[in-house]
Formats: sequence, structure tokens, C-alpha cells
Amino acid sequence: MADVAAPMPVGAEDRHAAAIAAHRRRRRLGPMFWIPAAWLAVLIAAALAASWLGLAPPDEIDWMAIQVPPGAEGHVLGTDVLGRDILSRVIHGARVSLTVGFAAPAIGVGIGLALGMAAGYFRGWVDEAIGILIDAWLAIPGLAVLLLFSAVFGGSLSMVCLSLGLLFIPAAARITRAQTLTYANREFVLAARAMGASDTRILAREILPNIIWPLMAFVMIDIPIAIVIEGALSFLGLSVKAPTPSWGGMIAEGREHIEDSSWISLIPTAVMFVTVLSFNLAGDVIRRRFADTREAAI
Amino acid sequence: MPALLRRVGRLAVVLAVVTLITFLLVAALPGDVALDIAGADASPQEVAEIRAEIGLDRPLAVRYLDWVSGIVTGDWGQSWRTGERVWDAIAQRVPASLELMVLAQIIAVSLAIPAALLCARAPDGRADRIIGFLAFGSVSMPSFMTAVLLILLFSLTLGWLPATGYEPLSAGLRANLVPMILPALSLALVEWTALMRTLRAEMIGVLQENYIALARAKGMSDRRILVAHALRPSSFSMITLLGLQVGRLMGGSIIIEQIFGIPGVGRLLVTSVFSRDFMMIQGCVTFFALAYVLANFCTDLAYARLDPRVRSLGGKAGAHG
Repeated sequence: MADVAAPMPVGAEDRHAAAIAAHRRRRRLGPMFWIPAAWLAVLIAAALAASWLGLAPPDEIDWMAIQVPPGAEGHVLGTDVLGRDILSRVIHGARVSLTVGFAAPAIGVGIGLALGMAAGYFRGWVDEAIGILIDAWLAIPGLAVLLLFSAVFGGSLSMVCLSLGLLFIPAAARITRAQTLTYANREFVLAARAMGASDTRILAREILPNIIWPLMAFVMIDIPIAIVIEGALSFLGLSVKAPTPSWGGMIAEGREHIEDSSWISLIPTAVMFVTVLSFNLAGDVIRRRFADTREAAI
Repeated sequence: MPALLRRVGRLAVVLAVVTLITFLLVAALPGDVALDIAGADASPQEVAEIRAEIGLDRPLAVRYLDWVSGIVTGDWGQSWRTGERVWDAIAQRVPASLELMVLAQIIAVSLAIPAALLCARAPDGRADRIIGFLAFGSVSMPSFMTAVLLILLFSLTLGWLPATGYEPLSAGLRANLVPMILPALSLALVEWTALMRTLRAEMIGVLQENYIALARAKGMSDRRILVAHALRPSSFSMITLLGLQVGRLMGGSIIIEQIFGIPGVGRLLVTSVFSRDFMMIQGCVTFFALAYVLANFCTDLAYARLDPRVRSLGGKAGAHG
């Protein structure tokens, strides 16, 4: 997803108007933030409290209610072909999606941060070697890497998080490298070096605090992407193993019966769509606000 | 042309690293191929013979070098499962994948350009906001979900288009294109948004230029300015992005080919992963990487062609360009 919200050169009046508009925007986050945020809050709360909500276990088969449509007694969102409660499965599936959504970008950006800082700070052969590694990593389609990883390491939740996290390294490393380059020769870094600070200390104490926040905005873009890729992976049956429900898996299971019982696929589809959209919308509002604040500070 | 040579050299190193990563991952796959081939009731000696026959008893480094030198000379090896030559198997499936991706990009670009023009004409106007919101919705909808919904709507409910199936071009253009519409559309509906946003942003910048002001002062209409003067200088980032998207498209085609039953390279890879067909997996991944690297190289060349300011290759991006 290209980030194109960059400020553009405008005339003086435009700039004044833009400043006022930006100020207004800063004061209030608006419904485009609060509605998605509310959905995400409900979803996260439900996923955390799934065991105490009094739901049927996600893999419990109700022989009296096979493939019943939403609205049936005892099954608000209906059941699937095996008579499992869809509401319960959607909420338990949210656990997988949200865990991967938060963990994978964190892992990827963490590793990318370390590599990018090393490349941008030490330059020379370190830079060259990391550059080649990243180019090679980018050249393999993400889904192909994930297919291989899941075949090699199996489908445990932590393995899915880790292998998905690897996909976020290149972009994070490149951004960090560029940022580090701009700070590596600034006066405060030179001053720290003149005072005898070690490379590690300079990287951690002088450079890191300056580049970490722009990267946080980046993590927010990655969350919905991670959820989507996990969805694709579980749709192919290569994410977490069978009894554990996941949204992608539910969509795939319902696909065979989509003609007569479309809700089995459509409910997890809708939930996943609204969740990803919410992350995108809320993330965009925060990112803009953040960009405005920085602009104002300059 | 030393810059070009250096780029080619770097590409070679990148590809070597790709093959190494792929080879190591495949080598780490659990299970014993020789045992698989021999069958459960084979004697240990038979298994050992098979292992020697397919060269699995040699050290890892020797096996890697053997495989890579084969790739360079055009011998991509042989599937241990089906006995198919890896290169033949891939080459046979390239047309379907290529067609899917090209169609998807054509649809994506033809959605992105008019949308971006509408947006750039009045940034923050009503059209801009509506299209921006549509783009958000579109990008929040992964291709496999779009595919399921499109099948439900156009195949099962309306009955206009087939849900699966593939006909080669030799069966006639119509027979070939009709089953490709839904798969290509599923991919395009994700990809168009990034293209649109990039084009929109660059076009808004270009519209601030002096020569646009001149065109306006001459009394040229908005539409003509946008199409005749602003579109070409605004499209460089979008063209770069088209190249970068090849990677994402290949990833997307893997799952789309699976859903629609298109016999492409992506489907071959998925099948090979499920059946642990090691040589085939290695071949497919290498092929994807090669295609990606070449696509980006060609994008750079096209870029130089379009923009007279970037005629010397390698002078463009920074160290990672």
C-alpha cells in the first residue's frame, strides 16, 4: 500500500486554510475514527473474553441444528455444515486473526529496524550485504515463502506469526535505513561520538528515539495486511490446524455450500472485511493527524 | 554502460541468494523423499539405492551447486513425484498465469486512471472523497474474498460467468477470455487502489507546475489539461508501481488460480507443496523470483524510455534501486 498522503506544495492562502483545517482535524478525531475504533474495541474485548461469554465451544457439534440459518434459537448467527455455532467460531477465529495481526508486524518491524539501523549507520559492506539480502527476500512472492514455511515448520500459531512477520522486514528495513542515514551525521550524533559513546550506545540512545515513531505509523499499516495474509493462508488450509477456527478457514469451508447456505461463508467474510476496513480507516486518521502534528512542529 | 553491468551483477547475486534460501527451506522440509518413493514396505537397502540414484546421499553443498548449475544451463531437474521435467511443467503453465496477471493489470489500470483523474481534478472534493472511500473498501477486501463474492453473484446467482475452468487460447478467444474475467477482476479489485492513489498524488503535484498554469491561461479545458498535459508526466510512479506489483500479483495469482482452477504456475506450486514435490517447489519459487527481478528490470528500462530526464540507467534510485 503506497503511502500517498504526503503534503504537497500549495499557495499561501491554501496553506492558511489547510492549517486551519488541520487544526480542526487535530482537535477532533471524528466518526471516521470512532466508529472503526468502537468495532475494534468490541472485537478485541470479545476475543479476549471468548471463554466467559457463555458461547458454545467453537468445535462443539449440535446434532439438532446442522446448517441452520442465522436467527435460529441458540445460534444467533446460525451453524455450519457440522452444526458448529458460527458466532462462537467467528469470535474464536478473531483470536487467531488479531494475534497474527499484532504479532507479525511487531516481529517484522523489530527485525527490520535492527537491520535498517545497521545498514544506515555502518554503511559499506554491511549496507551492501543487507541490501542484497532484502532484495532477495523481496524477489520471492510472500505467499510462496509462507507456503514453504508452513510446510517446513507446520501450522502452530507462533510459527504463523513468525513466518508472516518475516514478510514485513524489507519495507521496515528500507525505511529505517533511510531514516538512519539522515540522522547518522547530525550534530548530536557527532557530539555523542566525540564524547566517546560506543556505536551501540549511539544507535540505541541517539538514533533510535528519533526514528521509532515514524515506524510505529508503519506498524499500523501492517496490521490489516497481516490479517489479510493470515486469512489467505488459512483459506488455503496452511495456517493454524483444523480444530482451531480461523476466518479464512471458515470462508473456505463454507465455499462448497455457498449456493444453499451462503451465510457460512458470508458471515466470516463480512466480519473480516469490517475488521480490516476498521484498521485501515482508524490507522489513516491517526497517520494524518500524526503528519499534521509533525508539520506544525517544523 | 558500466551502470547497467553493475545492476546486472547485483541481480545475479540477488538471484543466487534466492536460490540458496529456497534450497535450504526445501531441504528442511520434513519427511524422507527416498522412503516416499520406495514405499512403506521397501527394504532399507532399496531405500538407500533410491537415495543414491536421485543423489540425495551427497552433501548439501554439492546438491545445491549441482541444482544451481543446472538452472543456469537450462536443466531444472525432474519431479520425483510425477517424473515430469520441472522446466517443461512450468513452461506449460506460464501462459495461463501470465494471461491472468496481464488481464488483471489491464483492468486495474483502466479503473485507476479515470478514478485518479476524477480525484485530482478537485482534491478533497466530493468525487475525491467517494473514490477515496471506495478505495479503502476495496483494499480491505482480499482477493480470495472478492473471488468468493464474485462467484456467488455472477456465477451462482446471475449465471452470467462460469465459476471455474480454463480454456487455452487455441480454443478461441471468447472461450479463453470468458472464464478469465472473474479471476482477473478479483485480482484487479485489490490492485487498482494503490495505482489510483499513486497517480492521484503525483498528478496533484504536476497540476501545480507552471506549464499547467500556462495551459490554463491559454483557455484549455480542464479535461484536456488533465488528459493531454498532466497524465504522462504524472504516470512515472504508477509505472514503477506496476513493476513492483508483479510480486504481489504473483502472490495473489497463487490463491486465485487455486480458487478458479486455472492451471498456472501458482497452482503448480500449491499442489507441489501439498504433495512435497521438492524439485518442483524449488523450480517454481526460483521461476517466480526470476520473473519478479526481470519485471522490475524491464520497468526501469520503460521508465527511462518514458522520462527523458532518466536516460542513464542506474542513475535513478539510491543504493537499493
